[in-house]
Amino acid sequence: MLLTISWLLPLAGFVVELAASRWMPRTSRLPAWFAVGCISTGFLLSLTALGIWSFTTAPAVVSAPTAIAAEPVEHPTAKQPTAKQPTAEQPESEDTESERTATTHADPLARAWSGTFYRIAQFGHLDLSLDYYIDGLTLVMFAMVTLIATCIHLFAIGYLGGELNEELVDHAVTLPDGSHFHRPGRFSLFFAYLSLFCFAMLGLVLAGNLFQIFVFWELVGVCSYLLIGFYVERPAANHAANKAFIVNRVGDFGFLIGLMILCTGLGTLHFASPRGSDRAPGLYQLVRTPQGELTVTGAGREKTVSLNVPDGAPAKSLPYWLLTAAGLGLVAGCLGKSAQFPLQTWLPDAMEGPTPVSALVHSATMVAAGVYLIGRIYPFLTPEVLLTIAYGGCLTLFIGATIALVMTDIKQVLAFSTISQLGYMMLAMGVGGWMAGLFHLITHAFFKSLLFLTVGSVIHGCGHEQNMERMGGLRTKMPFTCWTMFLGVIAICGLAVPMLPPLPWIGTLAFSGYHSKDSILATALAFASSNPVHSLLFLVPLLTAGLTAFYMFRMWFLIFFGAPRDVELRDLSHDAPRVMQVPMFILAIFAVTIGVAGEQGPLVALLRTAEPVAVTAGMLGAGSNWTFPGEQEIHQQHLMAGGAALLTAFLGTGLAILFYAVGAVDPRSIASQFPRTTRFLQNRWEFDPLYEQLFARPVRIVANWCVLLDRHVLDSLLDRLAQGMVRLSGWDRRFDEAVVDRVVTTVGTSTWNAGELLRKWQTGRLRHYVTSITFSVVLLFILLFLCLPGR
Amino acid sequence: MSLTAYLTVAAVLFVCGVICMMTKRNAIAVLMGVELILNAANINFVAFAAYGPIGLDGQVISLFVIVLAAAEAAVALAIALNFYNNHLSIDVDRADELKN
Repeated sequence: MLLTISWLLPLAGFVVELAASRWMPRTSRLPAWFAVGCISTGFLLSLTALGIWSFTTAPAVVSAPTAIAAEPVEHPTAKQPTAKQPTAEQPESEDTESERTATTHADPLARAWSGTFYRIAQFGHLDLSLDYYIDGLTLVMFAMVTLIATCIHLFAIGYLGGELNEELVDHAVTLPDGSHFHRPGRFSLFFAYLSLFCFAMLGLVLAGNLFQIFVFWELVGVCSYLLIGFYVERPAANHAANKAFIVNRVGDFGFLIGLMILCTGLGTLHFASPRGSDRAPGLYQLVRTPQGELTVTGAGREKTVSLNVPDGAPAKSLPYWLLTAAGLGLVAGCLGKSAQFPLQTWLPDAMEGPTPVSALVHSATMVAAGVYLIGRIYPFLTPEVLLTIAYGGCLTLFIGATIALVMTDIKQVLAFSTISQLGYMMLAMGVGGWMAGLFHLITHAFFKSLLFLTVGSVIHGCGHEQNMERMGGLRTKMPFTCWTMFLGVIAICGLAVPMLPPLPWIGTLAFSGYHSKDSILATALAFASSNPVHSLLFLVPLLTAGLTAFYMFRMWFLIFFGAPRDVELRDLSHDAPRVMQVPMFILAIFAVTIGVAGEQGPLVALLRTAEPVAVTAGMLGAGSNWTFPGEQEIHQQHLMAGGAALLTAFLGTGLAILFYAVGAVDPRSIASQFPRTTRFLQNRWEFDPLYEQLFARPVRIVANWCVLLDRHVLDSLLDRLAQGMVRLSGWDRRFDEAVVDRVVTTVGTSTWNAGELLRKWQTGRLRHYVTSITFSVVLLFILLFLCLPGR
Repeated sequence: MSLTAYLTVAAVLFVCGVICMMTKRNAIAVLMGVELILNAANINFVAFAAYGPIGLDGQVISLFVIVLAAAEAAVALAIALNFYNNHLSIDVDRADELKN
């Protein structure tokens, strides 16, 4: 209930603001405060919902179909939703694993609320409705999205202050006569778009069936398009918006294929049905058993997955390769939305939008939607798909980190950093770390949006300057921004105070990024040690952690330390106004504390309640050639992975200090020794030209062909047709005049002539009349007598 | 005297009357022709009254016809008088205002 209101409020905000933009004067800030009000109320509501949900002990209404293997009676009701269970249950899981009885981990389905808002239509088996599915993950996402959105709304009030004028000079747009473009400000429109985006994102998170997710997925893409192209008159912004939308669409093509396979193969798209309802069992209940297994039979091409249908329904099964294909399709959608390899080219260009957009949409929420989706569909991903995700993520994180090393535009550095961190999340998901990936999602949302806001404050303060190479020494002029960014940078690098024993309540003394990255690396190491052929999946993220530390500190040092490279810029710069400082401060607090106590902390506990059963018991890899680590194995690897990660992070930081703060080694001399590599990295691994050649040029060639076809074939065909029609109608006219008219005229003239002829009979003379009467009478009498019968 | 003889006489009279109507230019002459025709009809009636099945009815009808002839002659003479008032002549060929 609360979540519904909190979800629909931004929609109301959007509608009102569109209307307000007509009535209110352009210079009023009221629409912005209204938007902030909507979203912050949403945040408060979702926080309340989270609180209520955490403290409730009554199990919720969803359960697996009763026909499947007799579960022990204690299974749904016995487990308490407290946080301290994972550590205590480790020893138990060993013996239960071999016996395949109920897992020790509470079934997430028993804790979730699922239901239907509104049934739109039902066509036979196909059931279209607006569903919701609420579990721990949903609540956490809601709280995160609303909180970050509130902070960013506040920030945007300050950042977009320039739009409050009636007339605004846009220096990035030059008219043909050389002057700059003047236009009225569009303050309230921005907040309208932001509200629509929040509505779409929350809808996506709340959705209870895949089709609804898809609808909101597309809506989020549309909002992204609108927001990136907010400065509509700039050609660069337009191109970026188009690119974002089109690349997303390519991913959505895969999404649709996956959707269709699931829909036809499994017959339904909703996640779970409430207990006792008459709906068919949902996807979660169909694909895996309550123990989290995929029942696979056969081998090679003939492998099939039998579906858990309830008592009395005919046994259904799906070919294994089809399920894998569905998984790959859905993952393709996620690749597009989360800017992973090979669809990552749109995100750096999306930085054309205003910085609040980058902070909200392209670091914390929309790109997180892809990872969220993978989290949601986790139970029906086969091990092959998971491995693909892992390798894709691995490659992406490496690409992102290496490019970020050489970028000079601060927003581009952050964009590639986002790509890289999303790669981490994908990698985590791929190696079986469901919780780790989503944990990183939440922490990343906070510190990345914090970083974007601080960068936005720098841009705003320096008069919309974005090139790092012109900054330097801004520490004295912008202290608040400097130290807030420092907090964010530490969080993303995953630094911690080493060698300290874990404190009783806080755990290791570190910011949130450390804990989440630690979980990811631990999972990766566990996976790599049980499948040594995939060790790359651990080594590359480890190395990249060092790279991450390096480029983040590089950015921080280049902006705030050293001698200013452009003294005038430094003199004109100013720190952020209060309205922009407050959200940065809030986000900084969260970036520091959200991951507190790491895997024993409250956030992870909340996430674990929603974790699919398959993950904890290590059941993911059932039926495949490689094994996925269970909770217990991950826990064993923690120390080693954590230590290694910390080492590389400190190494990277040290190198950055060496290069940029102390200036002991000049990075330019290193770059000049590897000119081709540097150029390759600066051109973003040449992806844009590659795609241009592979896709854009053929499309243009085909389009030219089509134009030629249209012009020379179709048009000439139509022209000739028209000419033929004209000629035909000419013949028709001549026929009409010559023949038809002649007939009619002849009839007329002959009648006239006949009349003229008969007229002569009327002489007017009496004697003629008498004569004619006489003769006629005689004639009549003769005829009469001739024709009388019997004569 | 057979019936046919009477009828022949009447026919001759009739034809004379018709020819008179057809050829005379004087209006009074035309009227005389009309009288001849009517009288021919009268003879026919009387002949049939004597030799035919209709009996005395034929003679009664001929009395009627005589009366009618007289009335009609009066009317015709009135027309002729009017015609003379307008045209100052009773040549029927002059009455061609209905020509064409």
